[in-house]
Amino acid sequence: MTAPVLPLGSTAPQTLLLCAVALPLLGSLTALLPAPPGLRGRSPGQAVLRHGVLVTGAVLALAVVLALGFDHGHPERMQARTDLPWSSIGISFDFGVDGVSLPLFVLTALLTFLCAVYGYFTLPRGSASAESGGAPESGSAPGPTPRAFVALLLLLESGMLAAFSTLNLLLFFVAFEMVLIPMYFLIAFWGRPEGPARWAAAWKFVLYTQLGSMLLLLGILLLGSKGCGYDVLDLAGSGQAGASGGTGHGAGAAGGGCAARPLGHGVQLLAVLAAGAGLAVKTPMWPLHSWLPDAHTAAPTVGSVLLAGVLLKMGTYGFVRILLPLAPHGMHVVAPYLAALAAVGIVYGSLACLALARRGAAGDLKRLVAYSSVGHMGFVLLGISTLTRTGVNGALFANIAHGLVTGLLFFLVGALKERTGSTDLDTLAGSAGSGAALYGRAPRLGGLLAFGAVASLGLPGLAGFWGEMLALLGAYHPADGLGRPGYLVFMAVGGLGTLLTAGYLLVVVRRVCMGDPAEQHPAAEGESAERKSGSEPESPESTKPPGPAEPAEPAEPAEPAEPAQPRVPAPPFGAAKGALPDVRGFEYAAWTPLVALTLVAGLWPALLLGLSSPAVQQLLPGVSR
Amino acid sequence: MTGLAGQLTELAGGAPHAPALSMASAASATVQSIALRPMAPPLIAALAGLAVLVLDLFLPAHRKGLLAAAAGAGLLAALLPLPSLAAQHGATFCLPASAQGHGHGRPPLCGYAADGFTVAVQLLVLGAAFLTVLLSCTAVRTQRLPPGEYWFLLLSATAGAALVPACRDLVSLVIALEVASLPAFALVGLRRGSRRSAEAALKFFLTSVTATAVTLLGAGFLYAATGTLELHGIAHGLAHTDPRLHRLATAALVLTFAGFAVKAAVVPFHFWVPDSYVGAPVPVAGFLSVVGKTAGLSGLILLAVYAFPTRSAVWGPLIAVLAAVTMTAGNTAALRQRARLPYGAVRLLSWSSVGQAGYLLVPLAAAADDAGHATGRALASVGATVAYLLMYAAVNLGAFAVVAHVASRGGGNRLTDYRGLYAEHPAAALALAFFLLCLAGLPPGFIGLFAKLAIFDTAVRHGLGWLAAVMAANVVVALYYYLRWTALLFQPAPLATGRLRTGTAHNGAPHGGTSHAGAGEDDGGAGERPAEAPGVRISRPLAAAIGLSAAAAVALSLDPDLVLTYTTGGLR
Repeated sequence: MTAPVLPLGSTAPQTLLLCAVALPLLGSLTALLPAPPGLRGRSPGQAVLRHGVLVTGAVLALAVVLALGFDHGHPERMQARTDLPWSSIGISFDFGVDGVSLPLFVLTALLTFLCAVYGYFTLPRGSASAESGGAPESGSAPGPTPRAFVALLLLLESGMLAAFSTLNLLLFFVAFEMVLIPMYFLIAFWGRPEGPARWAAAWKFVLYTQLGSMLLLLGILLLGSKGCGYDVLDLAGSGQAGASGGTGHGAGAAGGGCAARPLGHGVQLLAVLAAGAGLAVKTPMWPLHSWLPDAHTAAPTVGSVLLAGVLLKMGTYGFVRILLPLAPHGMHVVAPYLAALAAVGIVYGSLACLALARRGAAGDLKRLVAYSSVGHMGFVLLGISTLTRTGVNGALFANIAHGLVTGLLFFLVGALKERTGSTDLDTLAGSAGSGAALYGRAPRLGGLLAFGAVASLGLPGLAGFWGEMLALLGAYHPADGLGRPGYLVFMAVGGLGTLLTAGYLLVVVRRVCMGDPAEQHPAAEGESAERKSGSEPESPESTKPPGPAEPAEPAEPAEPAEPAQPRVPAPPFGAAKGALPDVRGFEYAAWTPLVALTLVAGLWPALLLGLSSPAVQQLLPGVSR
Repeated sequence: MTGLAGQLTELAGGAPHAPALSMASAASATVQSIALRPMAPPLIAALAGLAVLVLDLFLPAHRKGLLAAAAGAGLLAALLPLPSLAAQHGATFCLPASAQGHGHGRPPLCGYAADGFTVAVQLLVLGAAFLTVLLSCTAVRTQRLPPGEYWFLLLSATAGAALVPACRDLVSLVIALEVASLPAFALVGLRRGSRRSAEAALKFFLTSVTATAVTLLGAGFLYAATGTLELHGIAHGLAHTDPRLHRLATAALVLTFAGFAVKAAVVPFHFWVPDSYVGAPVPVAGFLSVVGKTAGLSGLILLAVYAFPTRSAVWGPLIAVLAAVTMTAGNTAALRQRARLPYGAVRLLSWSSVGQAGYLLVPLAAAADDAGHATGRALASVGATVAYLLMYAAVNLGAFAVVAHVASRGGGNRLTDYRGLYAEHPAAALALAFFLLCLAGLPPGFIGLFAKLAIFDTAVRHGLGWLAAVMAANVVVALYYYLRWTALLFQPAPLATGRLRTGTAHNGAPHGGTSHAGAGEDDGGAGERPAEAPGVRISRPLAAAIGLSAAAAVALSLDPDLVLTYTTGGLR
């Protein structure tokens, strides 16, 4: 289609975009104020959570209208542009969306809205505030309050939206930094388990990613100071002039000065190394990934969803938006190494997950999903490092797919934790006598978990498939001069990674949804019971693992349960097994969009590829594949 | 007073010559011209100090609060001439043309110049002093400091610090530095009967006086090498020194930096900082950290950019290395501040100010690249320092204001005393969190981030990539201790056992904050509070200081160009 679905005129898209970015910031500030008389709601906590839902809902509506008004016939053109000078050091209010950033923009708005809805229903119950029925003056109640939660969530959203829509390098860096403090506070004050572990995870997260941000800053400053300012489009014009060696192609309105001064090869390489290392920390790329598992394990559900669903995308988006067009020669030099590290990351993530999924390993389910993120982002990086249109399109598709699927997975794991009190795989699988056994006890939840796992492993027909396939296809035929034999090896390794991914995800689904088969070795039982990672007391329901192995079961769990885990009661044989609460109404509301979009993206990839492909063509002009 | 005002308006009407001189100007031009308009800001501040001291003699004991108001009014009056000076620069104490030995059609050499740099720094100094006045009202009252002397010393130090950026010859510069320092020594030791206070003052005094002696030695050598004491004259002379005196001149310029480096808390002249800040009353510590640092840095900038531009190959790398060492030393020492240490808050802020001094030196090191060319370009590089100083002044004094409030509650002013501040004073806690994040350079402290970006930009543009990398590492390190303190503010207050303020019951750092965030408060713990917390409202001047600083920082975050304009030549 060549005309936008919703014709908006020339100035409306700009206003929409600016409003969408600024509204969460305003909402964050107003969340700190007490509610005005007409909007008090049932309690101050409920009022401010409702405020959060309203603001994020409004932002989502703005983003959807913006997407509808987007000119799908020309996604390579930067639309909804605003360009206002702001500061003399080179920061300008430069915003715009094109085919690359629009899907990420809408994804961010959607995930934040879903998180706000989920938080509205779960926060007063599940977290530490004394809101509901507690001290009347909510501002002075001890412990973290919903007011702070909403303020931090909205600040986070503003930073994420700004990162995906800004075209000024320094403003991109500011947005990169803006997400650090809210996420730190979310992990440190709302994380689980309470205690030194969540503080340690929060510190590791913030200091490690701040180090990455500083490296990114050095790269950006190098690009900006040697180039002609900090505008991505201007610098892209000069970068392309340098790459093609001729007159600037699409150099933009700034024209002459920028196109005449392309960045030198040494500068490009240095900038790619610095900025690339910084973005790689965020992505995360092996071996700079070690902050991720701890952060995810400790973060609350909402924090994990946003961390995996959006924050990780900022790293790879930076590669595509900044490094590919601005430093093409530098990327050309670094790409094979990037591909190698990406391939290692894919296999490393899968192997770590397999180790966690093993029976007796006391693996944390959140940690497992975190390592699976490392693997998925490895595919994204592999696609980018092929420097072909196929590969980069695959990377962008995998970005969106990962955001949808892993967001859904973290929601599901959070719900599971809330119902069973544990994310420990051995507990959930029932090897110590009680387990989730979702197919029997909460079949819809089990079905959704299976759906999420299957989407994550890349089943054709769901969103994950296209990203991985296109990335591997890009690796089969990388850009000229990159060393094809190496890329063929990386492609094979990636394929192996897919296999391993399927392995651990299916093991997880079997263990959580169906439960472990009867135990053979009581000694191994005792060890695994002692090695459990700490959690809340379990729900008192006992389990009867389904299947024919039942009769042999009850004798063993009785002995090892007592010494190590007093709170896991040994189930008497034949005891009635309580049903876990199945998917509730608000959970349907929060998860259905993700499920639906995963299906739609899997069945109709042109929806995303049609947006990204022309834009990628613009970013990689000299490439024929 | 009216007579003086009349004389001021008569003389300051823009006429560059005093009435007495106009009679003699035809005859000979050997008498210097003195214009009062350019000199107005420090002059008014000094006169206000004298007025307050005299007023103190006539006020009864229960009306001493008026002195604070008089001091504040005096500083506001000193700020008034600044807009007109910004619009039209001035100069005074100029040598008549015949007395200049080498005037090849150059502008007259003036001892006092009110140009863009002077106006910017004077704005900073006078504004920061005004904030200090607000900060000090409570401390003067509660710690029974002698009010008349206190305000007089504060205003005198301010006048000296306002004089420093305007001096264009070495003698005035050293005099101005001493006028800024001597009252500060007394201010640090003003608490009678406090051994710590006296020790702090002595440390400060001995370090400072020794360094000033070294500066004078360097000034003497410079005079020997170049034959003049004017900064521009020295610049010219250094370019044409006798080859036999070349090494002497090089040594001289390094020695001259010493006195100013002490005030600016540059390594290795920083050892007085933690002990003096802790021993001084909290407002005085804040004053030293901002105004003292500004005086030192202005002196360094004047020397480097105006007097030694031809020897930038010497001082450029030197200042770069000093910057790197200073920021590293300050940040690593701040990391080691344990949360339960008495006076931990002030000590942490003092080490953080040493680290910030390192950041502030970076643009000066970058200016070495431009120094050989016109002064204007070097001043544009140095503009990042001035912009950062303006942000730092507002934010650091705001942090000291909150610290002053917590210190006034008694109990040692440990970092653990800030735990749960949000529950008692939400606005103050949010303000302190904002200030600390500005100092750390992370959103939502936007202006802190922008000011650091300006410094990074300057460093990278002038080829100091390694220094930018060191600064980047330091920013990460500094984030730890700023954020640790910020997180403490929002943690739930410890359950009161009455003895909590001695810090025995809890391991203060965040790693101990376990059970309180959970359901454990439901047993009524919410009702129990440390004994002194409820009902201790923030005194009005302190609240005004916090509010003003927060407003300034927010305004700068919304329009960073208010200060960042200095990075593109606003200092000329």
